[in-house]
Amino acid sequence: MTVSELGEQLSLTAYALPDGARKVTGGYTGDLLSWVMGRAQEGDAWITIMSNSNIVAVATLADVSCILLAEGAAPDKGVAELAAEKGVNLLGASEPAFSLGARLNKLL
Amino acid sequence: MAESLKFHFDVDGDNFTSAGAASVEVKRKLRQLGFPAEVIRRVSIAMYEGEINMVVHARGGVADVYVEPNCITIVLADQGPGIPDIDLAMQEGYSTAPDNIRALGFGAGMGLPNMKRYTDEMKIDTVLKKGTTVTMKVYI
Ligand SMILES: Nc1ncnc2c1ncn2[C@@H]1O[C@H](COP(=O)(O)OP(=O)(O)OP(=O)(O)O)[C@@H](O)[C@H]1O
Ligand SMILES: [Mg+2]
Repeated sequence: MTVSELGEQLSLTAYALPDGARKVTGGYTGDLLSWVMGRAQEGDAWITIMSNSNIVAVATLADVSCILLAEGAAPDKGVAELAAEKGVNLLGASEPAFSLGARLNKLL
Repeated sequence: MAESLKFHFDVDGDNFTSAGAASVEVKRKLRQLGFPAEVIRRVSIAMYEGEINMVVHARGGVADVYVEPNCITIVLADQGPGIPDIDLAMQEGYSTAPDNIRALGFGAGMGLPNMKRYTDEMKIDTVLKKGTTVTMKVYI
């Protein structure tokens, strides 16, 4: 499944979708950045409520397929633009991380 | 790639917004050079953790990356406060990060353990009130 397809199937808001054709191969949920760096796998959809600019660097370096902002967290000012520029897919949903992860898991 | 390459970066000490820029740049360069994806991922994650530590704990520093065909070496040097107890700092969950930094998602106390895990060799030279140099190697 691609990030674009994931966005459609889960009715997510797309804040930046520079690489919608990227394959989603798994998922990881967490807000502490070093846990994400240590545990997320390449290709994972990363679910978080962290919305500051550091998530873009973390997503780039951990090689996740997309960031999914849960709980209706909106990206901080300039973060959607930064994600687009850096080629990081950034989407969001109003629901909690738990149910977003549960719905993602069904699609994988 | 027959010869070795060297990249140098100044890491800004008071900019949390652009923190990680040197690591992102190294990742881009290693991709251009055609290194295996898993090697690039290990190098760039380990370097990011060290780069962030210099920003958060040591008011910035310098990063040097030496790229050879069979080994990538990352040297991160700062003139910060030094690390009083390296064994304690290496423990998962140990962190002295202040609240404003934790609010950004840092401070899990997992950075140094990640650096150790993702590299083949890691050495910390530290002198209190003088600074810290972290040297990491990833073999290809
Ligand atoms: N370059 C440095 N200079 C001074 N102290 C450091 C440096 N790097 C790490 N430390 C000390 O070691 C502790 C542990 O570092 P580590 O990277 O594991 O965790 P952290 O930076 O606090 O949180 P995280 O990396 O999970 O966001 C830090 O909280 C800090 O006290
Ligand atoms: Mg750290």
